Amino acid sequence: MSNKSLAFWLFLTPVILGLGVVVVIPFIYGFIYSFTDWNGITATEFLGFENYINLFQEKEFMNSIWFTTKFAFVAVVLLNVFGLGLALIVTRNLKSSNLLRTVFFMPNLIGGLILGFIWQFIFISVFGDIGDLTGIEGFNGWLSTADTGFWGIVILTCWQMAGYIMIIYIAYLENIPKDLIEAAKIDGANGFQRFKNITFPLVAPAFTISMFLTLSMSFKIYDQNLSLTNGGPANQTQMVAMEIVNTAFSDNDMAYAQAKAVIFFLIVSVVALTQVYYNKKREVEM
Amino acid sequence: MKKNNEKRNLISIEVLGLVLGLLWIAPFYLMIVNAFKTKRDIFTGVLGLPEEWITENFIEAFIDLEFLKSLFNSTLITTLSVAIIIIFSSMAGYALARNKSKLSGTMFFIFVAAMLIPFQSVMIPLVALFGQADMLNAGGLIFMYLGFGCSLSIFLYHGAMTGVSKSMDEAAIIDGASRFQLFWFIVFPLLKPISVTVGILNVIWIWNDYLLPSLVLSESNATIPLKMFFFFGQYTKQWHLALAGLTIAIIPVIIGYFFAQKQIIAGVSEGAVK
Repeated sequence: MSNKSLAFWLFLTPVILGLGVVVVIPFIYGFIYSFTDWNGITATEFLGFENYINLFQEKEFMNSIWFTTKFAFVAVVLLNVFGLGLALIVTRNLKSSNLLRTVFFMPNLIGGLILGFIWQFIFISVFGDIGDLTGIEGFNGWLSTADTGFWGIVILTCWQMAGYIMIIYIAYLENIPKDLIEAAKIDGANGFQRFKNITFPLVAPAFTISMFLTLSMSFKIYDQNLSLTNGGPANQTQMVAMEIVNTAFSDNDMAYAQAKAVIFFLIVSVVALTQVYYNKKREVEM
Repeated sequence: MKKNNEKRNLISIEVLGLVLGLLWIAPFYLMIVNAFKTKRDIFTGVLGLPEEWITENFIEAFIDLEFLKSLFNSTLITTLSVAIIIIFSSMAGYALARNKSKLSGTMFFIFVAAMLIPFQSVMIPLVALFGQADMLNAGGLIFMYLGFGCSLSIFLYHGAMTGVSKSMDEAAIIDGASRFQLFWFIVFPLLKPISVTVGILNVIWIWNDYLLPSLVLSESNATIPLKMFFFFGQYTKQWHLALAGLTIAIIPVIIGYFFAQKQIIAGVSEGAVK
């Protein structure tokens, strides 16, 4: 098919229209509107960088960025530890390997909204009862403080997504040649040495993928945040995605919310691109 | 001696796995068990089994969720969106892979780069634009899913095209087939494995999506997650009903997972690793 072929363009028209109308045009318009006083219908005035100056002085927004960054960091580390850990367990020759894969992956298929509601019950009622039963203070009052809200979202996310990351690591672990491991065994390498010198380097590409996926997922989380804590108490556990939604659709401050959305885009892109760049570099060096 | 050691090792790993497995399904277990309790029973304790297993909660939740209606809405929107994504993305992936020009390469790059844009960065102008065009309805939503879903799908189809030999194209054209016939009768059937992957990934995403439908649909044609949100708001602190509703909402997913488990795990793995 050449550029002049009619078929080429006919085959592409639906997706060009789709991506254009749904993503590209709103993205460009959004960027322009973020410099105005746009209210969702019309814009009367060009404000320059006013929206951007204001949002960097808004405590709530800066707090949500800090909260999200903190969350992303913890979630990425824990998700990869759990994901790789679970993968190492289920790729052993266990009787329950298949059953365990099914179980670990299951939460992934259910939406974050529904899972967040289930965990609200676990954190409030079940934890409360465990606290009363055992007398351990730490189980009481979950989700009522910023700290327990933070760890609540972390636990929920790990439980939901570790199975997904596990699947990625499994794909790479199963590609490691068995005779390589056998040869190392015969040479007298112990379990830890085999992991460090064979498994770990061969699984390195899976790190690139998993880190990229977990990082971008953690930054964009919304459903879990909404259903588990709804940003509370006092908006202290509100993440950036929720900040933007609320500024736009609760406060009706469209142009200002869009400026936040542009900053959000910049953060997500910079993080994702740097990360891919460094991981590629490291893989080559290895 | 060494063999024995290894066996013991394997058993302890199996035990560790099973303990983690139990921990993993504990939230579901607690949800289901407590959904069978009365309000008073939940108040006395959530850790034990119900004093008396009651089913009224499920009936009430089923009616309040208008479950059949939300199930129908979710099914309709998911099926149509995924069908459209598969049809148009496969065509685009084919066209872009068979044209090696600079323009084609640039377009492919744009489609892939668009994956970087988070939903929240375009959501506000998108809703405003579709609002002005009077398209904030199920039809508009399906079109939006095409726009958001086509990037990854085109990427996967484009990758899979390397396995489809070009000589087949030429033979079919010589035999007088049009491009359209050639694609649908010869190329598309060969792309079936990747179509399954694309289908599974998009079903999981669209079936569970909450934010976009919440901005586009009214309560009368709500999907399951959207209806669940309204339902849950109505029954805060009435855990017996809320948990029954959550259990009902999960059932279709569990049934689907039960039947297509292998394909789902394989599809998700392929989608992520590429």
